[in-house]
Amino acid sequence: MTTTAPVLVLLDHTPDGALRGPVREVVTLARELAGNAGVLGVWAADAELGADVLADLGALGVTRVHRLVADADTHLSAVLAEALEQALAAAGAGLLLTVSSFENKEAAARVALATGAGVVTDADGLEVVDGRYVASKTVFAGTWNTRCAVTAPVAVVTVKANAVQASPAAAPVATEVVDLAVTVSAVARRVTLVERVERPASGRPDLGSAHVVVAGGRGTEGDFSPVEDLADALGAAVGATRVATDEGWIGHDAQIGQTGVTISPRLYVGAGVSGAVHHRGGMQASGTIVAVNSDPDAPIFEIADFGVVGDLFTVLPQAAAELRRLKG
Amino acid sequence: MPRVRIVVCVKHVPDIQSERALGPDRRVVRDGGDGTLNELDENALEAALSIAEARDDAEVVVLTVGPDDAVDAVRKGLQMGADEAVHVVDDAIAGSDVIGTARVLAAAVQHVGDVDLVVTGMAGLDGLTSLLPTALAQLLDLPALPLAAELTVDGGTVRVRRNLDHATEVLEASLPALVSVTDQANEPRYPNFKGIMAARKKQVTTLTLADLGVDASTVGAAGARTEVVDAAARPPRENRVLLTDEGDAGLRLAAYLVEQKLV
Repeated sequence: MTTTAPVLVLLDHTPDGALRGPVREVVTLARELAGNAGVLGVWAADAELGADVLADLGALGVTRVHRLVADADTHLSAVLAEALEQALAAAGAGLLLTVSSFENKEAAARVALATGAGVVTDADGLEVVDGRYVASKTVFAGTWNTRCAVTAPVAVVTVKANAVQASPAAAPVATEVVDLAVTVSAVARRVTLVERVERPASGRPDLGSAHVVVAGGRGTEGDFSPVEDLADALGAAVGATRVATDEGWIGHDAQIGQTGVTISPRLYVGAGVSGAVHHRGGMQASGTIVAVNSDPDAPIFEIADFGVVGDLFTVLPQAAAELRRLKG
Repeated sequence: MPRVRIVVCVKHVPDIQSERALGPDRRVVRDGGDGTLNELDENALEAALSIAEARDDAEVVVLTVGPDDAVDAVRKGLQMGADEAVHVVDDAIAGSDVIGTARVLAAAVQHVGDVDLVVTGMAGLDGLTSLLPTALAQLLDLPALPLAAELTVDGGTVRVRRNLDHATEVLEASLPALVSVTDQANEPRYPNFKGIMAARKKQVTTLTLADLGVDASTVGAAGARTEVVDAAARPPRENRVLLTDEGDAGLRLAAYLVEQKLV
């Protein structure tokens, strides 16, 4: 079943104007829901909307992009929210989709309040049932599956990375760009963004949206080289437990957990990770879970699809070398 | 220094170490006796108490919305050192979505009155939406500075450093304002004997929706804009492989990943 009003997608991008990975997944989901009603994008004009990105969006089936030209910094949630409200109105959309991130959730809460929309965060699926949007999501650290219907006329849904596989439309479309001048209220300007420092790219996939993640915990004893080696053999992102980040073995931005980065990759490998509930809350919804730990009683083995009781310093390098050999 | 009033919003949630469940009504089971103060709210309390201690005349009010058992959450706040506690309890609140909860909290903060700073945790460990802080700020018409990993209040200015997925930001605003703090912000104190004894003499003010002038139809299941239509415990994973390394576990792992088409 598809919807009758257009679906609007917030097009997260890097400071130099590249689409963030999960945006293509969210656009794909939007296209499946929208049918003939059409998928529209909304782009904050802090970065240029380049021809290559427009071509990519056209291939994904985005018919129009509303380019937000705001008179305040759209990194501020109150500013972004007011801009999105105006974009929703301009697009005549009944659904706003964003990638799930803390920043987008801040804006989502505000948009929902201002427009009377119902809001669901961290959805891993979305469908139209009897004219209502019904989102699926896991709760309680990935131990329960729920489906949540939006009962209001407008819905705001933030979608987890890896929820759907990005795919091009049956036929590419020409994407029209429409500028939307946004004047924000005085209220939205009361927070000053004193500083914003983008984190430099690591050369590995982004942890929050990677298809494969290798994580290290206490068992690494601070030596992440086997974790990084296997990650490189798998083309994976590197993550860590709270213990590892608190010890300073790796940056805080690598912390997987219910208060850190929540991930749901196709494959998760935990090395020297005990599987404390705080960590499980951030990764238990992963597709396949592999655990390597020298402690046979580690709780992570309770949720592992493939568990090895063994020394990560021998098992990981052996696996990495074998994967490289098989790849030729 | 001028008088400063800080309200800390806390939540009573099922203990994450317990078997958490959704009931036949598809709502969080909250009466299993495994309830506790949301761990992340301890960071909010610690932040508020530290700010208050650096001042001569500051008071900390701990506020919660929830069923009878939720009073335990504000009692823990009093034990940690909060001066006053407010518990909003009303049958009509059950089934609220995050917007409904924010409405009740906003009315309660206004009821407390003359509030300079509202502090919340970064998320409730039951729902983990992180929607509440900004929704509450919007309802209270306050500037929001969410996800503080560092927080300073200097005179009438609040400044926050926050770590996002792709960037680090510093935000600043004038009081009154709302902040949410992360578990990186501080190390929460444990209530000591003195604190526990002192808390016994502190009053918990209990309020209903009528006391707050909140229309019951705008909160609870009646006011919710979302409805959980299905809930089921996730089935256990099938075809699991557990082995002890006998020298070839790395090879077997590689073979498994290839066989499962994960590489």
